Amino acid sequence: MLKHRVIPCLLLRNGGLVKTQRFRDPVYVGDPINAIRIFNEKEVDELMVLDIEASRQGREPDYQLIEQFAGECLMPLCYGGGVRSLAQAKKLFALGVEKVCLQTAALSDFKVLREIADAFGSQSVLFSLDIRNGMFGRRYAFCSATRKDDGRPWQQLLHAAIENGAGEIVLNAVDRDGLMKGMDFPLIREATRDLRVPLIAVGGVGSLEDIRQAVEAGASAVSAGAFFVFYGPHRAVLITYPRYSDLEALLQMKST
Amino acid sequence: MKIGIPSIACGNFASVLNIVARSGGKATVLDRPGQLLECTKVILPGVGAFDHGMRSLNEGGWTPVLHEFAITQQRPILGICLGMQLMCSGSEEGVLPGLGWIQAQVRRFQLPKESPLKIPHMGWNTIKVRRQNPLLATDEGEQRFYFVHSYHAVCSDENDVIASTWHGSDVTAAFARGNVMGAQFHPEKSHRFGLALMRRFVELPC
Repeated sequence: MLKHRVIPCLLLRNGGLVKTQRFRDPVYVGDPINAIRIFNEKEVDELMVLDIEASRQGREPDYQLIEQFAGECLMPLCYGGGVRSLAQAKKLFALGVEKVCLQTAALSDFKVLREIADAFGSQSVLFSLDIRNGMFGRRYAFCSATRKDDGRPWQQLLHAAIENGAGEIVLNAVDRDGLMKGMDFPLIREATRDLRVPLIAVGGVGSLEDIRQAVEAGASAVSAGAFFVFYGPHRAVLITYPRYSDLEALLQMKST
Repeated sequence: MKIGIPSIACGNFASVLNIVARSGGKATVLDRPGQLLECTKVILPGVGAFDHGMRSLNEGGWTPVLHEFAITQQRPILGICLGMQLMCSGSEEGVLPGLGWIQAQVRRFQLPKESPLKIPHMGWNTIKVRRQNPLLATDEGEQRFYFVHSYHAVCSDENDVIASTWHGSDVTAAFARGNVMGAQFHPEKSHRFGLALMRRFVELPC
């Protein structure tokens, strides 16, 4: 069994799948159900679907669509996007989603994580934090809904989320998003220092070697979008996923 | 051949319907207990609390018909997750008696304080197949399944346990006694391993 998960991350926009670069310029990459079917065949151990417009538009998750995803997935599904309350999380779990991922609502009040964790367990609630590099190498927490600097130190936000029951952290390096040119390994290293919960590192995966390095830097799991949906220098859409045995060989070296 | 799924008020059945279809079978969600006896096999899924599940079976009038199906007529029935636990005598999680088809008590995980393991046991885990059985291959190398549970079935008769998994101690991953079978993990979320199990269930003679 893999000691570190490798999770495809699908971005949802108006019911279709897109892929962004640095959180901008979404390019349509296909039908989500079709993508899920392919990932089923590839025996992916976990899937993450994030609706990148829901919070920005202040809308609820598209329950009907998510129910279809959950029914189609032969693996556990994590959903993020527009989840603001315990009631919404409850509805998503009833539809067959295993985990929910929150950012916007948690940044405005971390208590929502606590409520979901108390009702469904920490393992089912994730906090996602997007990090950008500002001037003079200063990193800051980027609110994806408002596209603004949160203002608070990002490490403080991570710890507040964990204290409030977040069972996993999804850490995205915005400036690496979609570029497939490598991940922000120093960021992963810094974020996982003294972290009590698993960290899923996202942003910039362009090779299997990136995945290995992210794990070495401390990530419990690595998630990627472009790496699994684009092929070749012209970014032709082709869903791929490494063979399980290749991942096993790649991630064998570390056991903790 | 028709596989019936009682529509008890705990859980979403889309992924179970889906995996049965992929395994070459056809499953239908049943609204009325009477429809059970038109089926050749039954799957009893479910998530949530034990008493909630039992109440749903009792109040919906499912319990006596399920007994007829599973015990009197001895037709194949597969419990998944809570569905498996409901087949036991009772659970620490609740006060209601279970269906009592398998002599087992459902107990909460007891992990030492210093254990890095968590409750619920959630995630992929490998299983150890204990003996020849209708659901799981004994000779196919490592099999992994997706688990989400805080309670596990402790069988009085060790021989009922067909597979175990490790979470601080060896716990029952699947049991079988004749036509009554149960999986603690979610085959519908365990891609090819779940498909293989479901295919075996679908192909069981009945």
